[in-house]
Amino acid sequence: MTIHDSALSRRSLLKAGVGLAIGVYVARSRKAFAQTAAADVNIAPNTFLIIGADSTVTVLCKHIEFGQGPFTGMATLVAEELDADWSQMRADHAPSNPVLYKNLVFGVQGTGGSSAIANSFEQMRKVGAVARTMLVAAAAESWRVPATEITVEDGVIKHSSGKQGSFGEFATRAMQMPMPNEPKLKDPSTFKLIGKEGVVKRLDSMAKSNGTAEYTLDINEPDMLTVVIARSPKFGGTVASFDASAAKAVAGVVDVKQVPTGVAVYAKGFWPAKTARDLLKITWDDSKAETRGTAQLLSEFRALSKTPGKVVNQQGDADGAIAKGGRLVEVEYVFPYLAHAPMEPLNAFMKWDGKTASARFGSQFPTPDHAAIAQVLGIGQDRVHLQTILAGGSFGRRAQQTTHVALELAEVSKAIGPGKPVKLVWTREDDMRGGYYRPFGIHRMRGVVRDGKIEGWTDTIVGQSIMKGSPFEAMTFKDGLDSTAHEGSSEIPYDVAHFKCDLHQVDVGIPVLWWRSVGHTHTGYAVEAFVDELLEAAGKDPVEGRLALMSKKSRHAGVLRAVAALADWKNAKLETGRARGVAVVESFNTYVAQIVELSMGEEGPIVHKVWCAVDCGVAVNPDIIRAQMEGGIGFALGHILYAEQTLDGGKPVAGNFDSYRSLRINEMPQIEVEIVKSSEKPTGVGEPGVPPLGPAVANAMAKLGLPRPRQLPIVQGASA
Amino acid sequence: MAAFTLKINGQHHQIDVDPGTPLLWAIRDGAGLTGTKYGCGVAQCGACTVYVDGQTVRSCSLPVSAVGASEVTTIEGLNSKEGAAVQKAWVALDVPQCGYCQSGQIMSAAALLGLNPKPTDRDIDLAMNGNICRCATYVRIRAAIHGAAKSLEG
Repeated sequence: MTIHDSALSRRSLLKAGVGLAIGVYVARSRKAFAQTAAADVNIAPNTFLIIGADSTVTVLCKHIEFGQGPFTGMATLVAEELDADWSQMRADHAPSNPVLYKNLVFGVQGTGGSSAIANSFEQMRKVGAVARTMLVAAAAESWRVPATEITVEDGVIKHSSGKQGSFGEFATRAMQMPMPNEPKLKDPSTFKLIGKEGVVKRLDSMAKSNGTAEYTLDINEPDMLTVVIARSPKFGGTVASFDASAAKAVAGVVDVKQVPTGVAVYAKGFWPAKTARDLLKITWDDSKAETRGTAQLLSEFRALSKTPGKVVNQQGDADGAIAKGGRLVEVEYVFPYLAHAPMEPLNAFMKWDGKTASARFGSQFPTPDHAAIAQVLGIGQDRVHLQTILAGGSFGRRAQQTTHVALELAEVSKAIGPGKPVKLVWTREDDMRGGYYRPFGIHRMRGVVRDGKIEGWTDTIVGQSIMKGSPFEAMTFKDGLDSTAHEGSSEIPYDVAHFKCDLHQVDVGIPVLWWRSVGHTHTGYAVEAFVDELLEAAGKDPVEGRLALMSKKSRHAGVLRAVAALADWKNAKLETGRARGVAVVESFNTYVAQIVELSMGEEGPIVHKVWCAVDCGVAVNPDIIRAQMEGGIGFALGHILYAEQTLDGGKPVAGNFDSYRSLRINEMPQIEVEIVKSSEKPTGVGEPGVPPLGPAVANAMAKLGLPRPRQLPIVQGASA
Repeated sequence: MAAFTLKINGQHHQIDVDPGTPLLWAIRDGAGLTGTKYGCGVAQCGACTVYVDGQTVRSCSLPVSAVGASEVTTIEGLNSKEGAAVQKAWVALDVPQCGYCQSGQIMSAAALLGLNPKPTDRDIDLAMNGNICRCATYVRIRAAIHGAAKSLEG
């Protein structure tokens, strides 16, 4: 392998956020994801792009692929500017490197906040454009013709004389060409891949349809031990003493060690490890454990919600406006703890030889995970190699502000000692009862309608901070308050003259975490169910009423109008027993409006159809955008209907899908998605499909004369 | 511990495990076939779906001692015409998102088409509601099953 080593141009490119552009591969053992057969490539350490001698183009994706589509997205951006043919494109995960592969939004390597396309749009196009320029220069030199006479089309480099060549032919020579500092990017009107229907297919569909896609659970190396840990049933509990004699008697068990998070069983394979783990006799010290149950938390939160919190945002005099009288609407919404429950429970793999460590897992935040491993092992970060691999879902769960999985991985590796590769596996129950939930919380809303107009609005939130005490506190806190606790509630898209949002930020000893759409998981529901209720009190149509209050919110209004047209909101004749509800939520700078049509079944709502309009700026991969809206709707629906993690004396109750009910195919509505045309900067779609669904369901229920659900999930008792 | 000879995808595998070990872990840790996934361990999610003598089984809940000489088929050995049609339809519609549940989904879908070449939406609901997809790719799973059924006509 050779790497172009012009320090100057590399530095300037790094400054421009492009990084070294081209590598040439030497066949080795790695597999890149492709729509057809996978090519073997050797990953250069600091590159975004590798062009093989076989003309395959492998894009190294700095974002983790867990279904939301960054492999295909990054490859689309590169291929567009490179003028590659889609069949040449491959993708794989970049290794951990906080400088080269940092997320330009966060400043560290990580995936979240629906930011992959948004922060990479220009960067990855530049990578493609740089590589194209260098390939053209190499061909020009080889053919002894001016570069300006060369064109590239569908992966073929062509000269007007009729000469033509492939990327592979010129890849090595291209490495010797100067890198352009400011490569010219295409005018969007000439795009052939970005935004086009049917041209780009996901690069990972094949491997995910034939069982060959490798996840962390699938890692198997010589002498590897599988590790299953007994953790405290209550959060904050610690091991007082333990008896491992029965556990150690299980055939296949190699060792049992106490680690900071509990007692770890090391075995040859999962089943003996899990069997032995369940035979450990452990006395827990609960003196510092959280022992409150959800019923107690609810009464404490409820009492707090009736007192003023710290004001996050206000305009006019909301309390005064409400005191003046009119039609007062006061409601309380209660939101449960929610587990992410990705299909693949948490896990991680590491080899540690006493000097260096090599870890592989679905790390969503490689930079902090990398540092955590180095810290536990007491070695420099340069002695740690961290490779993110495919993960079976996340929904936020693998982006750990506390790096707890990386820490635990390094601790179990350290405890057993060097030379023993370990695969740490959480069972489904470990995952479900392991905390890091969407926070439990309350919104107490008050609003007043006078003369058909919403005159005042207050929203008092009681909730737990996700980021308090974490390295991300500085990024997400303002005036001592966690912005993720009130985002979406503290600024509403509606013209209400007198408005106030206040927050009680409460400490609870339950670890919490962002969960697909973060604060909007509850603020979207609170705001959109409440505005609908106020509009009903004002005698306004839910769509027209909202539009009339959106004088400064053209993109909100745009998706709302689009979804109303798509569903024929005004004129649709519904079957008896059916009703429709609407909601619109902006999250992560993407605007989504949804209309839900439902009827009531024995258990609760049956959602028949959902119409969805999304404005995410320039649509890079329309089919992935649709897929994320579909998936976001299904994910939201399952949770809004059924999901809840309750605590009994501090212990999480739901442990598996029999007690934490998930949406199934028979409950999946039909979905129609419209992507609103936009020339705004592209924004993400992984999360924004989630928030509007819940309130749209609530608002449709109201049309059937039912109260909008005040406590979620809607079907109480479906979980636990 | 006991030695078992499992016939998986037409090949015999000698596996030395406790008799209570679920077939899933014999397949994954014993035979080294990792396309079959662990999702719940209690027959709730379907990620571990395999065939035992052609019948769909949740391999996480079947002890290896109960398998005997039966033929086990995993995603790696799915070679029926229904299986091929389903996999092709899955790729054509870009069904998978995270992909982790899809081996199980595909095993269930191919089994359905083997029994019922033209399933209705309701047939699909009944056959597929034991397979959870947390990414909720259900809209495309449904469409891909219809697509595969159509491709098998004539």
